[in-house]
Amino acid sequence: MVSIWFPNLLSDWLATRKPELKGEVFVFTKPERGRIIVTASSKEAEKQGIFCGAILADAKAIVPNIQCFDDEANLNKKLLTRIAKWAIRYSPFVAIDLPEGIILDSSGCSHLWGGEEKYLQHILAKLNESGYGCRAALSDTIGTSWAIARFGKKLPIIAPNEQYNALLNLPPIALRLETNSYQRLYKLGLDKIGKFIQMPRSVLRRRFGEGMLLKLAQALGTEEETVKPIIIIQPYEERLACLEPIRTKTAIEIAIEKLLENLCNRLASDGLGMRSAELKGYRLDGKVTLTKIGTNQPSHNIKHLFKLFQLRIDQIEPALGIELFMLTAIKTEAMLVQQEKLWGGKPGLADQNIAQLLDRLAGKIGPQAIKRYIPQAHYWPERSLRTAVSLEEKSECSWQKVNPRPMEMLKNPEPVQVTAPIPDYPPMNFRYKDELHLIKKADGPERIEREWWIEKGEHRDYYIVEDEKGRRYWIFRSGHYSEEKSNWFIHGFFA
Amino acid sequence: MKTDKEEIVAQLKKQILETQGFKPAPISNTEGFGLGSLEACFPNSVFPTATIHEFLSENLEDAASSEGFISGVMGKLMENGSPCIWISRNRKLFPPSMERFGVDPQQVIFIDLNYEKEILWTTEEALKCEGLACVVAEIPDISFAQSRRLQLATEKSGVTGIILRKQPKYARSATPCTVRWQIKPQPSEMVDEMPGVGNPIWEVNLLKVRNGVTGTFQIQWLEDKFASFDQKIALAVLQTKQAG
Repeated sequence: MVSIWFPNLLSDWLATRKPELKGEVFVFTKPERGRIIVTASSKEAEKQGIFCGAILADAKAIVPNIQCFDDEANLNKKLLTRIAKWAIRYSPFVAIDLPEGIILDSSGCSHLWGGEEKYLQHILAKLNESGYGCRAALSDTIGTSWAIARFGKKLPIIAPNEQYNALLNLPPIALRLETNSYQRLYKLGLDKIGKFIQMPRSVLRRRFGEGMLLKLAQALGTEEETVKPIIIIQPYEERLACLEPIRTKTAIEIAIEKLLENLCNRLASDGLGMRSAELKGYRLDGKVTLTKIGTNQPSHNIKHLFKLFQLRIDQIEPALGIELFMLTAIKTEAMLVQQEKLWGGKPGLADQNIAQLLDRLAGKIGPQAIKRYIPQAHYWPERSLRTAVSLEEKSECSWQKVNPRPMEMLKNPEPVQVTAPIPDYPPMNFRYKDELHLIKKADGPERIEREWWIEKGEHRDYYIVEDEKGRRYWIFRSGHYSEEKSNWFIHGFFA
Repeated sequence: MKTDKEEIVAQLKKQILETQGFKPAPISNTEGFGLGSLEACFPNSVFPTATIHEFLSENLEDAASSEGFISGVMGKLMENGSPCIWISRNRKLFPPSMERFGVDPQQVIFIDLNYEKEILWTTEEALKCEGLACVVAEIPDISFAQSRRLQLATEKSGVTGIILRKQPKYARSATPCTVRWQIKPQPSEMVDEMPGVGNPIWEVNLLKVRNGVTGTFQIQWLEDKFASFDQKIALAVLQTKQAG
């Protein structure tokens, strides 16, 4: 087991991002109980005596022009995960060891780098290169590696079954004990592990609890210790290298089919479906063709997905030929469980046929052309509906049913000339597109106020009117009636 | 002798219809679309579904009436919960208004396109999809071949296709549609000269019915269903309602 310790993880990370900070005194701080506490400090700051846990005011007394940065929650975890993912090249088993270390299982790996010593040197050199100061140790157990990495003074590599001797000269804090346990040990003068390691277990258990014995046993290797390794999720990606560069449509189709087969089988076994995918074709002349598809419902149906790609094949330009195809599922979602139906029921919008049809349409004409409307809680006619985000979306309000709405509505109301002798009465006639309509019947007014919190302007008084030929219109007066100047508009046509 | 002949002709007509794919009315569907005497014009007196209907409208007012009538038909077709697709260019249809004609606007998918070519392609693709109740496409002019393609698609999938031809250039061009309609608004009626606008009333012209007869009818939308409109009967009904 290899334990790697990053004494100045956060400050080293910041220094790699802001090179001007290298060699400067700076700290990360976090407010806690009304004070500002240092949570991490740079190497230079540590040299001045500013450590983690100090109060910022004290630190400023030591170094007046100290630079402070806000400590983001879980930043160290994020950084360690990133380093651990990188370190997977040295061992298939890598775990993060909060707050500032990682653990590698080196068994069966170190000989690939020419022995344990070279293995460790290589890892440390690489980490140092990227700007992280670190120490590492290798031993049979996690506990001993941890202790040697942080407190060891001699060789970092402990020979098999030598944990006992390696631990003798280390302070008790190296055993990863709880604060009050090791404080009590110091109080009793037991400042080295060697001073109490021989004591009877019952004596130690009575004074320091079972936890300390466990840690000791884990460091010595008599108790097992488990850690959770990080798992790198393999991207849903398939490659197909071609023996000969591909130029024809048929060949591209075969390639897509093969890739989809592999990818969909993998998705199906994981219970996933893709929502969007891209196909890259690496051409002989070094250019890359890119084709993207998207679906309305997660799908791993090879036939359906193939159809979506088929619509786009014409846009793939093979030029001299394509050498390598790469298919990636960019977005995947858990598959919706489809109930097998004995009798065809009432599927409605959830019907897979319809989702697949819409996918195909979206592939050809673009998804922005396809709309579905759901009601919105506004009286203003233009705002009484909005486009739904998905096929499943349901509105929390319902359509207003009190007043009928016109079958056809003009995008922008068009002005009409009217004869309206009496206020708050429908007009006698109106002229629209050079045709005079005599109003025979009318309903209204229905006053709709403008929503002042959205936009400013006049209210509208709507009338449903029917002319002498039975044609029905929706007209409105903008604002209040005035004898000289009332603005009338036509806004729609009723059935 | 004469009755024998008539019987034979009726029998033969039935056989012709059957060979052309028109099945006799299923017993469960006796209610029909509520279009009354209009439905007698159709073969076997059944509103033909799974075929192409054409609606002609010369101006905006006619278009609004046609859309109202189409919504009523759609509402009937969508009763089993299947959705519908409305394909158009420069759509003016205001979805909330369909609620009045028995259509849940949330069940309608609108596709707004810019080119006729795209509309035709989309309509054909949609007509091939079996989960839909009907597909409405706003296409002003359609050639015989294009219309035939759509007709074949509907026959295969069983989806009803409606082509709304707004301000067509060649209104009388030959297309293989089953029914060609023209809907015009008519003055509404109120009891006792009461003020206000009444229920929508339309003059429905059947310009062409394959294997059927044409005719002109007065149809109104009475609260939540179609009803044939006769001035005297309508007045009497309304009066009794008010008296009650």
